Amino acid sequence: MRAGGEPGGTGGTPVWLTEDEYARLSAACDRMIPASESGPGALAAGVPDYIDGLLGAFTVDPPRIWAGGPTSGRMGGKAAFLAFHKLAPLDDLAWRMRIEGSLGLPEREFNGPVTGWQERYRLGLAALGDDFLGADPDEQETRLRSDKVFSKLLYEHVCEGMYGAPEYGGNREAIAWHAIGFAGDTQPRGWTDAEVTSP
Amino acid sequence: MTVDAVIIGSGPGGSTVADVLTAAGWTVTIVEKGRNHLLDPDDLTRPAEDFSNDEIKFHNRYFLGPDPLIEPRTFRTSEADGDHSFVGEVNSVPSTVGGGGTHADGKVPRFMPDDFRLLSLLGPQPEADVADWPVSYDELEPYYAEVERSVGVAGTAGANPFAGPRSGPYPMPSGAAMYGATLSSAAAERLGYHPYAAPTAANSVPYDGRPACNNCGFCSYFGCPIHAKGDPVAMLRRAMASGRAELMAETFVSRVRLDGRRSTGVDVVGPDGAERFLAARHVVLAAGAMESPRLLLLSGLDHPVIGRYFMTHYQTIVAGGLPFRTHADRGRSVTHVHDDMIVGDTDSRAAAAEAGLPWIRGGMVEHSGAALPILEAKHYPWGAGHSGLMADSPIRARLWAFIMQGEDLPYASNRVDLDPSIRDARGFPVARITYRPGRHELAASAHFGPRLAAILTEMGAGWTAVTSSPGGGNASSPAAIPESRHNMGTVRMGTDPATSVVDPAGRLHDLDNVFVTDSSVFVTSSGYGPTLTLVALAARAAHLMAGTPPLSPHPE
Repeated sequence: MRAGGEPGGTGGTPVWLTEDEYARLSAACDRMIPASESGPGALAAGVPDYIDGLLGAFTVDPPRIWAGGPTSGRMGGKAAFLAFHKLAPLDDLAWRMRIEGSLGLPEREFNGPVTGWQERYRLGLAALGDDFLGADPDEQETRLRSDKVFSKLLYEHVCEGMYGAPEYGGNREAIAWHAIGFAGDTQPRGWTDAEVTSP
Repeated sequence: MTVDAVIIGSGPGGSTVADVLTAAGWTVTIVEKGRNHLLDPDDLTRPAEDFSNDEIKFHNRYFLGPDPLIEPRTFRTSEADGDHSFVGEVNSVPSTVGGGGTHADGKVPRFMPDDFRLLSLLGPQPEADVADWPVSYDELEPYYAEVERSVGVAGTAGANPFAGPRSGPYPMPSGAAMYGATLSSAAAERLGYHPYAAPTAANSVPYDGRPACNNCGFCSYFGCPIHAKGDPVAMLRRAMASGRAELMAETFVSRVRLDGRRSTGVDVVGPDGAERFLAARHVVLAAGAMESPRLLLLSGLDHPVIGRYFMTHYQTIVAGGLPFRTHADRGRSVTHVHDDMIVGDTDSRAAAAEAGLPWIRGGMVEHSGAALPILEAKHYPWGAGHSGLMADSPIRARLWAFIMQGEDLPYASNRVDLDPSIRDARGFPVARITYRPGRHELAASAHFGPRLAAILTEMGAGWTAVTSSPGGGNASSPAAIPESRHNMGTVRMGTDPATSVVDPAGRLHDLDNVFVTDSSVFVTSSGYGPTLTLVALAARAAHLMAGTPPLSPHPE
């Protein structure tokens, strides 16, 4: 287990997914937000690493669920986002249920079984087919659209990995924020009164 | 040890009671089921550093709670939906030290004097149980004035022509106006409306040992990283500094213990899962309009009005696309509002008549935009056009919007009770919400929506869109669940023990030492956010408990 804050899988060394799954996930992310003349795509932003890091959040301690506060250091202040929060017992239970699923454990099944994201990704990526990587982009898109439940979950995570804080493993070097003219986290600088009121 | 009061919930209501009671010399224990991310665990008189400008943490990962896997709620639109049609996140106000005060962007308007006497003023509504409050604006005014100072409110007296009389100025001037709001306000004025700088619990100047807001843009739904928002950190810090308050976080109150007409204290489940009893001379419920009625029901109380008259705000959401950047990501989320849709006019009276209703009331209209890129990204379809849409940004960078917090009428059928099968992680039945808007809410929204769109057109919008929350449709869809977190009305206040649960001081009619000091006690919902009014009522209840007068507006 790595120390908290150490970035997980950067560039093809997945934390939780297998190499095959990681490659298939990367192709799927590339279909959802491909690079264009308007900006970088999900691959350049490291979105597969964000998702792999989320699925493997509990392989580091503290788990990479909540980045620290109050500042990232990008606008001054200390680089405190990297100091991820420790989870309280009920937080730990919630996030293990969400990521790992209830796994038949009675303490996780007080309202019945919960299917975790790890299982949904494992099944969802497998269902894309062994030839998914070699399929042409239109065929890849068709297969992604054929499972609306999985593609909805995947797309939510793709958006988070693209436009969330870089400390979570995606949006590498804030590349996606720069592309859309978004300042990102602004503390401790904030905005001056003149910047708030003026065009 | 028996404390003078155990306070259940550390949000604006509970914090205010703790502040007032400790100042009067009482000992209190504040019990909060959520975690403490608000105060420094090594020195509870100092703010913590856990909050941040982090959309993932606050919007996608339940940092402030409640996590719907651990503390779910259930929902249905009516009994016809069965036991429930949805399980998960329903009207979640944060479950954390500081409660709803941590996530709100701090708009803290007072109610208007008329809000306390709708039945006398306007008469009854079919299907609803509209009633006057047993407390008038004039009785509450000294407490409004006290809590505006104890929270720290920035505002401009006289800016809102519909506001009630004030005994003094705001403690701070209004903060910087957001660019988009200056344009939407000018457009509204040209059409005859009366926008004004929203009274806001974010410091415009250094106040009470906390800095001025630096306009970071991550306000609504985020905790404040620099603690420029006073609600409720200001009250909690003072209570802790008194040396007479204890804060027990991650601790759930499972039962108020009763003995005849009195309570002896509460049973709690601590962070380690162990149960214990806390003895107290007074019990104060400030857990919010979902959790306070839930606790009363878990405690075996069976007054038929407990949980009835759940109200939130029926939101009319009107967006417009502008040909320029509105930079809604700079500033306090909302700096301007207008109240014309509460007051109404000849047109709205005609619309009411056409709908077969005696009257309709809208709500305060918030001028705001969209600021968050993950939220925006999810709104666009995936595929080749995505990065182009994000760069052009029609629904974030070039959008401006109004949210009207439309007044919900009190209907006995809209309610909170205990779900028959769903439990929280500690094993207790969760709150079930049964809610659907009535004819009044739908008619008011239908009337005011197009008028709000006309203001955006006047502002220069090339397109406008009118939606509402709840949006109707399938009862099992999250769209059927109101987005508003302004939960109210489930432990109704009144003078008649047959038709209300608490008396005008917030004390249960049936129990001499049990009080409710949150928005559960509201008789009607007004068109305003509930925070300042619930805080003023909490201060009043605490002063009545302790036998102290409201704090003088002009301390020597």
